[in-house]
Amino acid sequence: MSMQPQVVAELRSVVGRDHVIDGANDLRIFARDASIEGAMPDAVVLPANSAEVAAVVRLAAKHRVPVVPRGAGTGLSGGAVTIRGGIALQMTRMRRILEIDPVGQTALVEPGVVNQELSLAAASHGLFYAPDPSSQKACTIGGNAAENSGGPHCLYYGVTTNHVLGMEVVFADGSVHWVSGDTPDRIGLDLCGILVGSEGTLCTITKVKVRLLRQPPTVATMLAAFPTVESASHAVSAVIARGIVPAALEMMDQVTVGAVEAHYHAGYPTDAGAVLLVEVDGIAESTRELMSAIREVLAANEGYAMREAKTPAERELLWAGRKGAIGALGRIKPNYYLHDGVVPRTKLPQILSAVGEIGEHYKLPVANVFHAGDGNLHPNILFDLRDHGVLDQVESAGEEMLRAVIEFGGALSGEHGIGLEKSAFMPWVFSPDDLYVMHQVKDVLDPDGIMNPGKVFPDPDRKRARLAGRTGLAIEAKWW
Amino acid sequence: MAFDLLKDDDLATCVHCGLCLDACPTFRVTGLETESPRGRIQLMTEWKRGSLPFTEEQARHIDLCLGCRTCEAVCPSGVPYGRIIEAGRADMERARRPATKRWLARTALRQLVSHPTRLRAFGAMTRMAQTVGVTGAVRSGRQLPRLRAPFRAPQGDVAPAIGERRHRVAFLVGCVMPILYPQSHEAAVRLLQLAGCEVWFPPGERCCGALLAHNGDLDGAALLRDANTSVYAGEQFDALVVDSAGCGAHLKDFYPELKGRVKDLTEWLAEVGLPPANNEVKLRVTYQDACHLAHAQRIRKQPRDLIRAMPGVELVEMRHPEICCGAAGLYSTLEPSMSARILKEKMDDMLGTRAEIVVTANPGCQMQLATGIRSRGSNMNVEHVAELLLRAYSAPSP
Ligand SMILES: Cc1cc2nc3c(=O)[nH]c(=O)nc-3n(C[C@H](O)[C@H](O)[C@H](O)COP(=O)(O)OP(=O)(O)OC[C@H]3O[C@@H](n4cnc5c(N)ncnc54)[C@H](O)[C@@H]3O)c2cc1C
Ligand code: SF4
Ligand code: SF4
Repeated sequence: MSMQPQVVAELRSVVGRDHVIDGANDLRIFARDASIEGAMPDAVVLPANSAEVAAVVRLAAKHRVPVVPRGAGTGLSGGAVTIRGGIALQMTRMRRILEIDPVGQTALVEPGVVNQELSLAAASHGLFYAPDPSSQKACTIGGNAAENSGGPHCLYYGVTTNHVLGMEVVFADGSVHWVSGDTPDRIGLDLCGILVGSEGTLCTITKVKVRLLRQPPTVATMLAAFPTVESASHAVSAVIARGIVPAALEMMDQVTVGAVEAHYHAGYPTDAGAVLLVEVDGIAESTRELMSAIREVLAANEGYAMREAKTPAERELLWAGRKGAIGALGRIKPNYYLHDGVVPRTKLPQILSAVGEIGEHYKLPVANVFHAGDGNLHPNILFDLRDHGVLDQVESAGEEMLRAVIEFGGALSGEHGIGLEKSAFMPWVFSPDDLYVMHQVKDVLDPDGIMNPGKVFPDPDRKRARLAGRTGLAIEAKWW
Repeated sequence: MAFDLLKDDDLATCVHCGLCLDACPTFRVTGLETESPRGRIQLMTEWKRGSLPFTEEQARHIDLCLGCRTCEAVCPSGVPYGRIIEAGRADMERARRPATKRWLARTALRQLVSHPTRLRAFGAMTRMAQTVGVTGAVRSGRQLPRLRAPFRAPQGDVAPAIGERRHRVAFLVGCVMPILYPQSHEAAVRLLQLAGCEVWFPPGERCCGALLAHNGDLDGAALLRDANTSVYAGEQFDALVVDSAGCGAHLKDFYPELKGRVKDLTEWLAEVGLPPANNEVKLRVTYQDACHLAHAQRIRKQPRDLIRAMPGVELVEMRHPEICCGAAGLYSTLEPSMSARILKEKMDDMLGTRAEIVVTANPGCQMQLATGIRSRGSNMNVEHVAELLLRAYSAPSP
C-alpha cells in the first residue's frame, strides 16, 4: 500500500521538497538495517529540528500512518525496518552537538549525532562519553538511547540508560516534552528510564542530554590467548571472582580472530582457540597492580601470549580489531545472522558448546564475539544467501540458540534490542502480567499504535518461517 | 541490461553493517542512505542482479560518489569499493543515455590527457589568459592556480643523486602536475636527489590514466597503461616514485607489471630516509590527507612522520583530516553544489587549526583547498608536502 500523494505533499510542506523521498526505487535502499530483516517504507522523511519532527508526527497521527524513527540503521534486530510501511523518520540531519558543559560534565546533543563524534568533541575537554557500542563510528546517540545500547566499556561504566540525564521527546500525538532525570537521584516515576530502550515504539527522541566522564589518567589494555573458548570463559569467571571489575573484558573465538586479523593486522594470535581483550583504567599505580593481578589469574587459567599495548596507537589497533569484528565476518561469508543473548557468566562454557553443536547440526559456521565480562554473547551464524534454502536453516539454528540461552537462565537481549527479530520470543521470558503492563504503557502513550508498529511486543499474527518471506535479503535472492 | 564488469563476489562482501556510513562525505552532508556507501553498493548489487531496473534518477547516486574510498579504508569486511565503483561506473556509462556534460568531460579528458602537447597548449592558453586577466574563460567551479612555466625533465632525462648514489628511481611526470604545479615536482625531485636517488624521467611516458578510470572510461585507461608499460619495460629502476596521490593509487591498482615498485613520494622518502635537515622553519602546519593516499594506498603515517621530523615545524591536526575536501578529480567541476557543501565542512575543520600552511599530496586537493581558503578570506597557504619538506634544506649555494 503506498502512501497517498496528498500525505506526501503535506510532508514536503513541512520539511521541504528534498527532504522527502518517495520514489519506489530509492525507497528500496531504506528497507534494511544491519540485521537481515527488510521492508520498504512508503516515504523517508528527514526533519531538521524538533518542530519539524512534531509536525511530521502530527501528520502521521492524522492520517494513521506508521512512524519509524531511524538513526544510522546499524541496528541488529530490525528495529528501524518499516515492517508496516509508513514513514521512515530519518534523524541523520539533526546532527548538531548543541552544548558541552565541561564543568557540569554534560552534553546536549541532537539525536543524529554519531556516538564517536560526541566522544571526539568531549575529548577536547578531557572528557568522554562512556557507552561505546562497537558500531560507534556510525551509530547515533538517538539510536543508542532507543536501544539502550551497551559496549565493551559498559561492564564497568554501565549502559546508555546510566548516562542519559534527560531527553526531549515527541509523543505519538505530536506533543513535545522534556523528560528528565536531570538530577543525579531520580525522584518520582523514572520516565526517562521507561523511554530509554523503548526502540522507537513510544516516542521519537529529539534531544538527549548525557553525562560525560573525566578521562582516566592511565589506561592499560592487554591481549591474551587461550587454547579453547572454555578455558577463556573460566578465566573470565576467575577474574570477576577475584573481585576485579575491569573497564572492559571481551572475548573472540578463533573464527572471528582469523577474520579480524585479515583486516586490522592487530597482532591477534590466529592459532589460539580464543582471545581475551582486557582493559583497566585509573591512576597509574592501581592500573599496574590490577593488571598484574589479572595476568596472574589468566595465566592460572591457561592464558598465554599476553601482550600489553605499549602506545595509544597500539591500544587503538587492538580495539579497532574488536570493534570491527562483526563486519569483518564478511570475509568468511557474505551474510550473518547475529544473536544477542545474556547468560550468567558461569554458564558461558556450557552455552558455547551448545551453540557450537547447533551450528554443527545445521552445518553452518558460527563465529562468537562477546562482552564476556557480563556474559553477553553474540553468536553469529554465517551464511551465503546465494546457497539455496539456507535461510530456513539459519532461522531454525538461531531460534534453537536463543532457546538454549533461556534454558541456561539467560535473557533474550543483552543490548541489541528486541526489534522485529525477537518480539515473538518475548513470552519465553516475560509472564503474561509483565506483557500486560507493557501493553498498558504503550496504549497510554501511543493509543493508535502508530509508533514503530510490529516491534518489541509479540505479534499474534506473526507465523514461523516469516523471516525468509520478509527479509530484505530475499530481494537479492530473486536473482537466483 | 548487462552489468558485467561489476563482479557479484565483490558486491557480496558487503554485509550491510553500516559501519562505513559516517565516513562517507556525501552521507555526512545529506544524511541519506542513498548517498552512502552501503546504499550505493546495494544499488549496484540490485542492478547487477536485475532486482532493480537501471534508471537515470538512481544513476545520480553513483555520480555523486566522490570515489574517495574512505568507505573502503574503514570497512572491516574488506569490500573492494574502489574496484566496485570503477566497474560500476563503466557499466553504467554503457547503460545510460548520453548526457552532454559527461560526454564533453570524457571526450575532453581523453583528448587532453592522452596528448601531452594539447594539455601543454591548454596550459599555455590558461597562463596567457591569466596574465592578461581574462580568467573568466577558464573558470570551472574551482579556480586554477596561477600558472608558471611548466615542469620539464632535465637534459638527458636524468637528475643525478646529490652525494652518494644509493638508488635509481623513475619519476612520474604525469599530465596535470607539470602544468598546474611545476613547483611541487621540482621540490619532489630535489628531495629525491637529496635522499641519494638518481631520478630517471621516462621519455615518452604519458598520462597514467587515473582520471579516465575514475570517470568510468576503463578502455581509455587501458590504452594509456599499455603505452606506458612498454616505456618502463626496458629500464632498471628501484621504484617508480609518484607525487600525486590519485596517480599513485591508480598505478598500484591498474599496472600489474609494476607490482610493488610504485611508491608515493612520502612512502619512498620514509623508506630510504632523508639527510638531516639544515634549516629550521618556524611554522604551524596542518595536514590534509589526500583520499587516494590515505584510503586507496593506506598511507597516513609516513607524511606525518616526515613533517614532524622537520625542526621548528608544529603539526596541528584538524578534525577529520581523513575526510575528503570535495575535489575528487573532476568531481568539483561535474558536481559543483555537492562539492561545495563538502568543502564547507572541510574549511570549518581546517581553519579551526589556525595553521599557517596546509599541506597535502595531490594537485586536485591543492586546488580545492585554495579555492575554499580564498572564499573564506583566510590567508592560510596551500603547499604540496614536497614543498614543505624541502624548506628544511637551505637552498644550494649558487
Ligand atoms: C558492527 C556492529 C556492531 C555493533 N555493536 C554493538 C554493541 O557493541 N553494543 C550495542 O548495544 N549495539 C551494537 N550494535 C547495534 C547497533 O549499532 C545499536 O543498536 C545502535 O544503538 C543503533 O543505532 P542506530 O543509530 O544505527 O539506530 P537504528 O538502527 O537506525 O535504529 C535502532 C532503533 O532505534 C530507534 N531509533 C533510532 N533513532 C531514534 C530516535 N531518534 N528516537 C526514537 N527511536 C529511535 C529505531 O526506531 C530502531 O528501533 C552493533 C551493530 C553493528 C552493525
Ligand atoms: S561497505 Fe563494509 S562497512 Fe559498509 S556496510 Fe558494507 S560491509 Fe559494512
Ligand atoms: S568513495 Fe567516498 S563518496 Fe563514494 S561511497 Fe565511498 S566514502 Fe562515499
